[in-house]
Amino acid sequence: MIKLTIDNKNVEVTKGTSILHAAKSVGIKIPTLCYFKLGDMPIENRPGGCRVCVVEVQGRRNLAPACVTEVTEGMVVKTHTIRALNARKTVLELILSDHPTDCLVCAKSGNCELQTLAQDMGIRQLHYEGQQSHYREDTSPSIIRDMDKCVRCRRCEMMCNEVQTVGVLSGINRGFNSVVSPAFEMNLDHSVCTYCGQCVAVCPTGALTEVDHTNAVIRALADPTKTVVVQTAPAVRAALGEEFGMKPGTLVTGKMVAALRQLGFDYVFDTDFAADLTIMEEGTELLKRLGEYLAGDKTKLPILTSCCPAWVKFFEHQFPDMMDIPSTAKSPQQMFGPIAKEYFAQKINVDRKDMVVVSIMPCLAKKYECSRDEFKHYDMPDVDYSISTRELANLIKQANLQFETLADEEFDQPLGESTGASVIFGTTGGVIEAAVRTAYEVHTGKKLPKLDFTELRGMEGIRSATIDFDGLPISIGIAHGLGNARKLLEDIRAGKSTFHAIEIMACPGGCIGGGGQPLHHGDLSILKARQQALYREDAGKPLRKSHENPFIIQLYKEFLGKPLGEKSHHLLHTSYFDRSKLPIYIQAKDHE
Amino acid sequence: MSSIKVELKQCEIEKIKEICQSFNNDPGELINVLHKAQGHFGYLPAEVQEQIADELKIPVAKVYGVVTFYSFFTMLPKGQHPISICTGTACYVRGAEKVLDEFRRILKIKVGDTTPDGKFSLSCLRCVGACGLAPVVMVGEKVYGRVSPDGVKDILGEYSK
Repeated sequence: MIKLTIDNKNVEVTKGTSILHAAKSVGIKIPTLCYFKLGDMPIENRPGGCRVCVVEVQGRRNLAPACVTEVTEGMVVKTHTIRALNARKTVLELILSDHPTDCLVCAKSGNCELQTLAQDMGIRQLHYEGQQSHYREDTSPSIIRDMDKCVRCRRCEMMCNEVQTVGVLSGINRGFNSVVSPAFEMNLDHSVCTYCGQCVAVCPTGALTEVDHTNAVIRALADPTKTVVVQTAPAVRAALGEEFGMKPGTLVTGKMVAALRQLGFDYVFDTDFAADLTIMEEGTELLKRLGEYLAGDKTKLPILTSCCPAWVKFFEHQFPDMMDIPSTAKSPQQMFGPIAKEYFAQKINVDRKDMVVVSIMPCLAKKYECSRDEFKHYDMPDVDYSISTRELANLIKQANLQFETLADEEFDQPLGESTGASVIFGTTGGVIEAAVRTAYEVHTGKKLPKLDFTELRGMEGIRSATIDFDGLPISIGIAHGLGNARKLLEDIRAGKSTFHAIEIMACPGGCIGGGGQPLHHGDLSILKARQQALYREDAGKPLRKSHENPFIIQLYKEFLGKPLGEKSHHLLHTSYFDRSKLPIYIQAKDHE
Repeated sequence: MSSIKVELKQCEIEKIKEICQSFNNDPGELINVLHKAQGHFGYLPAEVQEQIADELKIPVAKVYGVVTFYSFFTMLPKGQHPISICTGTACYVRGAEKVLDEFRRILKIKVGDTTPDGKFSLSCLRCVGACGLAPVVMVGEKVYGRVSPDGVKDILGEYSK
């Protein structure tokens, strides 16, 4: 242990601890900008580049960057001497000298770490004027890159390369011309970007933001010829409240439904319904492939979940040789689309072209997913607009609804009914737990003695458990974060995997940590609170197994026939495309 | 960084593999691999960078990041007669910039570019160790000392026959 003092407080920490963390352990918060860490997960950005965290160390000639300086025995640290404060202000003003000052109209305003720092440090005047760097704006189906607002903290690069192992973003050029970019300065939509949005989730400024569809949704709502149907993903209800100052982990399902109804949506439905449907299809597929596997065809397993569009795009680019392993079931968002437009539209006598389906998602890849060609019919997308949790909060604010005071309301029927199994889709481990609940009962013909599979829950990047299917041990793997997914896939490729079924989510924590959620700013306790909220909602539901959802039973009876049947195959299953060979689009201009 | 599009022949792909293997496909040797590849191809088009990324199993964005960081690396083929103007301290204070301006004016290209006929390319370097002769210009391997803006035309004339 190392003993030192920080701001006259005695501190004792293990060797190798940084001044920043030592200070944090005694409640002293040193301002940071480039530094990022997601709780105790192995997700850390520590380039020591911005120098906002400088502190004074007795006996040391220059100021020390707290994030990369290790504590030493007897060290005397002062975090707010006039010298440290002045240096921080100068550093910040220099960063601001190459940053647009259009905060009033910036999408990140109010949530921007640079803005907060400028406020906290009392910057009222910018003393440095100089050249400003300019770079073309890059718009993809999900993410907008505005490099004029980039502070080169490299958090996005860390997420993209180290955590997700997607490898799209890298620092390029040098000095004043340096910028974070895909290879050859291509646009994101020409790259292997999965649109997971984790770069957006950690960007401290407005350099990376989502493509905003709120205006399109407002226009659709105002169009009297359109029947506008909305579906809300499970993870949204556990996080939306945060945008209105509520405690992380507050469930706002009823208020969200009330707000959507007041916004003017004709039918407020639930993606959870489609998640129950996904379990029916994916669970049946699991049992079918398990049967074939047990009959001797060892190529049939493992089966991988396919509800995460970033994960789907990831394996299309990086593992095209293994495209027959994931389930062919569409994601809940994309199952909901055709059920709304083919089944429900008919039921209420509305033409498909007059129905607009909007999804509220914790995710940015969902925007890309609904733009994929195979999810369009008669030239119209099955899901017209996908907006994030943050965009919904913005819509509610624009419509001057007092969210906190709204009385709880219920989803509409039939596509608003859901079970507890579908609610936990929003957290890592939830999809496979939901699938196990249904697959167990269908396979064994027996009732499950207990529904909570705690062995599948948690936050570790890769988890595994064996579930006893009445004498048949089923081995299950779970990965969240694409880097963890890559490890499991490489094991399968090498023939080392012993799992029967694997759940994969692209984002750390699963959808609760999605790229479209309220920003967590590295606070893992927020993700954990959202996770617990979903398990609470599940526990409180009268029905907790997808195959017991009465409207799912009715849907199969009236319309679909049976899981994996012809109609299901046509409407609820999809195929994947080899995207490993991408053409190079060079459109870059020189900076000279 | 400006670039041109090329299609790699099988023998060129083999050459890249050979270069990478000579460094044991070690990602830590990226700079050396790029150095050797540029030595072979004369420049580093996007397709070569992609192949190197594949061999070293690193993202091509990382390769591109390194290529754009070091001014030595280029994505454009050098001219038949690559011109380098030293802009190190000694040459700079003795008027290298005016010499450079004259090359730019006559050749009508920017630093880093190649003339459309492929004859000349223009680049800057820092110190060739001949400060006594400042300002210094190199054309290919040949060194010209005490170059004045007026002398630029004559230098180019030597290669324009």
